[in-house]
Amino acid sequence: MNRKVVKEDIDSRIFDAVNMILLVIFMVIILVPLWNVIISSLSSGKALAEGGFIFWSKEFSLENYRAVFNDSSIGQSFLVSVSKTFVGVFTHVFFCAMIGYGLSKRDIRGRKLYVAMGVITMFFSGGMIPTYLLIKSLGLLNSFWVYIIPALFSYYDVVILMNFFRNVPDSLEESAKIDGAGDWHIFLKIFIPLSMPAMATIALFNGVGQWNDFMTTKLYITNQALYPLQMKLYEIIVQSQTQSMQNIGGSAVIETTTKGVQLATIVITTLPIVAMYPILQRYFISGMMMGAVKE
Amino acid sequence: MNKTAVASSAAIPPARKKPVSQRVKEFIRDYKRQWEIQSMVLPGIIFMIIFCYIPIYGLSIAFKNYTVIDTLSSAPWVGLENFKIIMSDEYFWDAVVNTLGISFLKLAVGFVIPIILAIMIYELNMGRFKKFVQTISYLPHFLSWIVLGGMLITWFSTSGLFNELLLNLGLISKPSNILLDSGKYWWIATLSDIWKEAGWGTILYLAIMSKIDPTYYEAAKIDGASRLRQIWNITLPNMKSIISLNLILTVSGLLGSNLDQTLVLMNSQNRARAEVINSYVYRMGMTQGDFSYATAVGLGVSIVSVILLVTANSITSKLNDNQSVL
Repeated sequence: MNRKVVKEDIDSRIFDAVNMILLVIFMVIILVPLWNVIISSLSSGKALAEGGFIFWSKEFSLENYRAVFNDSSIGQSFLVSVSKTFVGVFTHVFFCAMIGYGLSKRDIRGRKLYVAMGVITMFFSGGMIPTYLLIKSLGLLNSFWVYIIPALFSYYDVVILMNFFRNVPDSLEESAKIDGAGDWHIFLKIFIPLSMPAMATIALFNGVGQWNDFMTTKLYITNQALYPLQMKLYEIIVQSQTQSMQNIGGSAVIETTTKGVQLATIVITTLPIVAMYPILQRYFISGMMMGAVKE
Repeated sequence: MNKTAVASSAAIPPARKKPVSQRVKEFIRDYKRQWEIQSMVLPGIIFMIIFCYIPIYGLSIAFKNYTVIDTLSSAPWVGLENFKIIMSDEYFWDAVVNTLGISFLKLAVGFVIPIILAIMIYELNMGRFKKFVQTISYLPHFLSWIVLGGMLITWFSTSGLFNELLLNLGLISKPSNILLDSGKYWWIATLSDIWKEAGWGTILYLAIMSKIDPTYYEAAKIDGASRLRQIWNITLPNMKSIISLNLILTVSGLLGSNLDQTLVLMNSQNRARAEVINSYVYRMGMTQGDFSYATAVGLGVSIVSVILLVTANSITSKLNDNQSVL
């Protein structure tokens, strides 16, 4: 009996050890490439040209970043990215909250129709070309508003907020109504402050989406002044790839300079998300759970 | 006349509907009474009509011959002409093969890894290390495909990390860019997708596992069940419904492989194995301006996707004792 317990204990410890080792390998697979990008972007062109695995900067240099920031269009793109993310997130959350609040009232006339319309949008869409033709006929091509207006609404987010509003105790609303408050007043003064956690979750998810989005630009924007960072980076990548394909074995200097610029742009494009990450992490798990409750 | 007066004044059985005109009147009356709350919903309805339902109506150009000078209504109907051309278009069928190939690889490998990973994280006993592993594993999800694509292109370049590594290990004698090798593209697409999303995929599984009653494990321990046996007999059965739900969603998305990923990793050398249906629609519609043809391709894909969704749902519900997970 005693021996059996000891054997199990040993088995269990072996299991733990193997599990540990495998997870450490997994961490290495994720972290090393990211580390390599950061360190390489901080290395001089000469060190990059020598190649080899860069784990620690052989020749620390900010020349790549200087090259990126000397290109004034990067600053412009950064501005576009920041403003479209902030404006987009704010309007999206407000719009979805407003509709979610309306639909959270069970006695609203036409509720069944509204919900059916919303559910259909989750499964069917016109697809790329009809949407492009619509955006074009609305005059949104090459306009900053194409980042904001089509992204205002998501039925999925409406449902999450609607469920959240339903959990607010009815008595709060009733007492406000007795005091003569209208629906708009109750929504703005009572429900919005109470729903900050839910709205923050949606804001963060939507913010990451806005920051990372590049298809909107690729489809609807040709004016370089409206390019966000993602599109700028895409152009640099495509450019350097055709370049390196054209002169295979050719000028190594050009290749490493564009490589350095590319790496620095990657870091700059990702930095805001990584900087937000500690704040993000607290919210996104509860956000995933809220989504799961619906399912 | 007398009869109807009696009928309307008497208590009407609930099954019988009121005349339409009366219902409309009631609706308008209630709508006016609820104008404040209705004014909150109305913008959403207008949005859906414009940005969701007009494009669905716009799918009709798949059955038309739409050119740049036309409007939606002036373009002439051509019936199923566009779909007939699709059937004999070899580039389209190449894209179908690539889409299915990449999607099945992603399904076969990428579906299981998050489940295993979630169980491994769940089995960790040390709280701090567990948190650390979770934090790091979610991180790649937040990088955009453009960023990841840029990273992959630098690593795979002839002077990049990947070639250095293989050269030093003596596995190759001459550096080559595997992104230009179309034969390897499916694996690049699959593995990079797993690197990015595997950790993120564990969140839901971990959430479900945290709800498993710990007394199950204690009872199993007393019965002498090994850790692997506990996983097999307790953890996995408890995750069955969420795994099926994920499977349904993955299967229904089989034809919609990632457009961002394809656009950034595809080049003139690997196009033959990299072009997927979505990027083909993009190329035919947006670059070559063949709107009707591209829409027809997109419509065909959505129809097949809905069929896949329904089929996958009915199969998994049979496996789950006739309980639909959707």
